Amino acid sequence: MATFGTLSTRLTDALKNLRGKGKLTEADVDGTLREIRRAMLDADVSLPVVKSFQSAVRERALSDEISKALNPAQQVVQIVNEELVTILGGQQRRIEFAKKPPTVIMLAGLQGSGKTTLAGKLAKWLAKEKHTPLLVACDLQRPNAVTQLEVVAGNAGVAIYAPEPGNGKGNPVKVAKDSIKYATDKLYDVVIIDTAGRLGVDAELMKEAAEIRKATSPDEVLFVIDAMIGQDAVATAEAFQKGVDFTGVVLTKLDGDARGGAALSVVSATERPIMFASTGESLDDFEPFYPDRMASRILDLGDILTLIEQAQQTFDSAESAKVAEKIATETFTLEDFLEQMQQLKNMGSIKKMMGMLPGAGQMKAQLDNFDESEITRTEAIIRSMTPAERRNSRLLNGSRRLRIANGSGVTVTDVNSLVNRFEQAAKMMKSVAKGKVPQVPGMGPIPGGIGGARPKAQKKKSSKSGNPAKRAAENAALGQRSSTGSGAGFGIGAAAGGAGGVGDMSAEEMADMQKLLGGR
Amino acid sequence: MADKKSWGLGSKLRGMFSRTFVLSDETWDDLESTLLAADFGPDVTDELIDAVRASVAKVPPIDEEDFLRLLREVLEERLSRFDTTLNLKDRPAVVLVVGVNGVGKTTTIGKLAKFITTAGRSVVLGAADTFRAAAVDQLGTWAERAGVQMVRPQQEGQDPSSVAYQTVEFAMANSVDVAIVDTAGRLQTKSGLMDELSKIRRVIEKQSPIAEVLLVLDATTGQNGLVQAEAFLEHAGVTGLVLTKLDGSAKGGFVLAVQERTGIPVKLVGSGEGIGDLSGFSPVAFAAALVE
Repeated sequence: MATFGTLSTRLTDALKNLRGKGKLTEADVDGTLREIRRAMLDADVSLPVVKSFQSAVRERALSDEISKALNPAQQVVQIVNEELVTILGGQQRRIEFAKKPPTVIMLAGLQGSGKTTLAGKLAKWLAKEKHTPLLVACDLQRPNAVTQLEVVAGNAGVAIYAPEPGNGKGNPVKVAKDSIKYATDKLYDVVIIDTAGRLGVDAELMKEAAEIRKATSPDEVLFVIDAMIGQDAVATAEAFQKGVDFTGVVLTKLDGDARGGAALSVVSATERPIMFASTGESLDDFEPFYPDRMASRILDLGDILTLIEQAQQTFDSAESAKVAEKIATETFTLEDFLEQMQQLKNMGSIKKMMGMLPGAGQMKAQLDNFDESEITRTEAIIRSMTPAERRNSRLLNGSRRLRIANGSGVTVTDVNSLVNRFEQAAKMMKSVAKGKVPQVPGMGPIPGGIGGARPKAQKKKSSKSGNPAKRAAENAALGQRSSTGSGAGFGIGAAAGGAGGVGDMSAEEMADMQKLLGGR
Repeated sequence: MADKKSWGLGSKLRGMFSRTFVLSDETWDDLESTLLAADFGPDVTDELIDAVRASVAKVPPIDEEDFLRLLREVLEERLSRFDTTLNLKDRPAVVLVVGVNGVGKTTTIGKLAKFITTAGRSVVLGAADTFRAAAVDQLGTWAERAGVQMVRPQQEGQDPSSVAYQTVEFAMANSVDVAIVDTAGRLQTKSGLMDELSKIRRVIEKQSPIAEVLLVLDATTGQNGLVQAEAFLEHAGVTGLVLTKLDGSAKGGFVLAVQERTGIPVKLVGSGEGIGDLSGFSPVAFAAALVE
C-alpha cells in the first residue's frame, strides 16, 4: 500500500495537532477518526462497518478516563486498536468436536478462495493433533479439483474419499452423505468435506451447498475467504450465511500484503468467529487466528502500538515522580541519572525503538550512524564511581577522575565532559524547576518539544502536562535542551516519558536528538 | 454480464430520487457510499464525485435519469482512456498469463483458447503451472473442451521456464498462430516467485517476442488489486488486464485506479464458468453495468 502512504504516516500528521493537549476535544477525535476512516476504506473494510466502528470509537474516546502514560492522540489510537481486537476476537473459539465421532467439517466459499488447499492444511493439522481425518472430494465442478485434492491428501499423508471423478459428473450431496458412513465404518474421527466454489448470487449452487449441509449435519461449517477481497465481502458473507449458515471463518492468503479489512467486515456482519488463518502455500502454513495481529495489520498500527505498549510497561510513574521531586529539591544526582538510563534500556534497543516510530523511515541513515554504545559508555563511567561520588559530584578531584577513567576504559577528558554535562544539566533543571527561565547564552529556539512540551511551557513554572510523570520528563527534556544539546542520556529520558511525542519529530529534531544521545 | 446484475448502483441511486429531485448532501453521501461499495477506493471515489459535481454545475440534471447519465459519462470517460484491443499480430503470438492464486487464470486461458479458435486461429496451451497440485490436469481439461493442443511438462515439478520454452518451440515448429502459457499463481509479495516470472519471460523472449502478458484480476479483490498490478508490471511487464468473476455481486471498481496508475488497460472480462463467458472489455458496457 506504499502508494497511499501508510496510516502510521497519516496519523503522525493528524496527531501533530493533538500533541501537548491535556484533554481530548470532539474536534480532535473527529480529525483522527477521519484519517482512520480513510485507512479502513483503503484496507477494504466495508463502509457500513467503518461507520459503526467510527461511532463506537468516538463515543469511547470522548467518555474514557484519561490515561496516565499516554498522550491524547495515543489514547485514540489505543481505543481504536482495542475496539478492533474486541470485534475480531470477541467470538473467539476453537473447533468443536462431536461427542460421537466422526466430527464433520464442511468447507464453503467463493471460487479461488483456497478451499482445497485449506482442506489439506486442516487435515494435516488435525492429524498432528492425533485425529484421523478423512478428506472428502465434493467439488465435482471445477476441472480436476478431485485430482488436486488427491494430490493434497497424498502430501498431507491423510486418507481421501473420492468415489466420483468430478469435472461435472457425480452428485456431491450423495458423496457427502456416503462419506459419513464410510468414515464411521473405517473409524476416521474427522470428516472434511471440500465443496465446489460458488458465488453468493448463484442460487442453484447455494442450494446444493445447503443440501450437503442438510445431508451431513456438520459440526462445523467453515466459510473460507480470501484476505484480498474488497467491499463485496459483506454481501458474499451474508449470502453464505443465509445459504449454508456457516459456524466459523477461515482467512486465507494472509501471506500477501492485503490489509485484510474483509476480516472485520465478515465478523461484524455475521458475528461468526474467525478460527484459522492460512499463511502460505506449504501445507504447514496454517495457524489459529490471532485477533491482535489482524487488528494491527488492518490499520498498520503495529509500530505505534508496540511503542505505546512499551512506554506503558517501562514507564514507572512512581519512579518518575521521585525524579521530579529530586529535581525540585536539588538532590538530583548521578545515581538518579544512571537509574533513568537503566529504565530506558529496559525499553530495548533505542535504535530499534526509534526505527519503529512512524515517519522514522527517512531517518534510517541517520539512525544507522547513531552509536548506541555511547550510552553504554556513559553508564560505564558512572558505574566506575563510588556511591559517594555518584551522590556528590563535587568530590571528583583529579586523582578520582583518573581512577574512574581507568576503571571504565576511557580518557580523563571523557570523564570531565560527562561531569560537566551533568552539572550543567542539573543546574539548568533546578532553575527550570524553580520557575526561572534558564539563561544560556547563544541558546537557539527550543525545537518542537521532544517530550511533547510546547515552547511556551518553558516560561511557566513547569510543563503543563496533567500527568506528573510526564511533566517530570518534559522538564528533564527542557533542561536538557537548554544545555546546548550535549548531555548524553537525558534526552532519552524525555523519550521514555512522552514516547508518542517523539513520533512527531522532524528530521532536524531527529538530528538534535541524535546529538543529545551521542553528545560528545 | 449485465443481465445478472442484481445489486447495481442504479437501484441504490434510484431510491434516493424517489422523493423529489434535489441534489442534497444526502444524495452526494449516497453516491459516495455506492462508489465506495463498488471498490473504487477512497481516492478515486473523491475524484469521481468531484468530476460529477463539476458536470452537474455545468449542466444541472433535470431528473434522476439525467443524473445517472452524467455519472455514466464520467465513468465512461475515465475508463475509455486506454486502448483495449488484444494484440495478437505476431506469429506465433505468445500470450503469457499471470496473477495471484485463485483469480481464475486457468479458466481464463480455457475461455481465451476457445475465443481465439472460434475466430479461426490455431492455439496451443503451455502448462507452465508445475507447482499447484493437478493444475496441469485442470488446464488439460480446458484444452480438451476448447479443442486445442497442449504442451505438458515432461516430469513433475519441471522448471516452468522450460515448459514455456517448449510451448513456443512447438508453436513455431507447427506454425500454430497463438501460444498461451499458463503460470502458477503467486502472491506479489513472494519475491522468489516473482523473479521466476521474469525468468519465464526472458526465456520465451529468446525465441519470440511476447505479444501480450495478461494479468488476471479477481473482481472481488479490493484495494490490493492495485498493489498486485504494480508488482506484476514490474516483474512480468504486464500489457493487459483480465477482470474475472464479474458474474458475482462484486463490481471490480478498483480496475479504474489500476488502469490510471499503471497505464495498463483492461482487455478482457470473464463472467462465468462456461467456456463462452469471456468478452472483450467495453468501457461503455462496464460503466453501464456499474450505474444500471
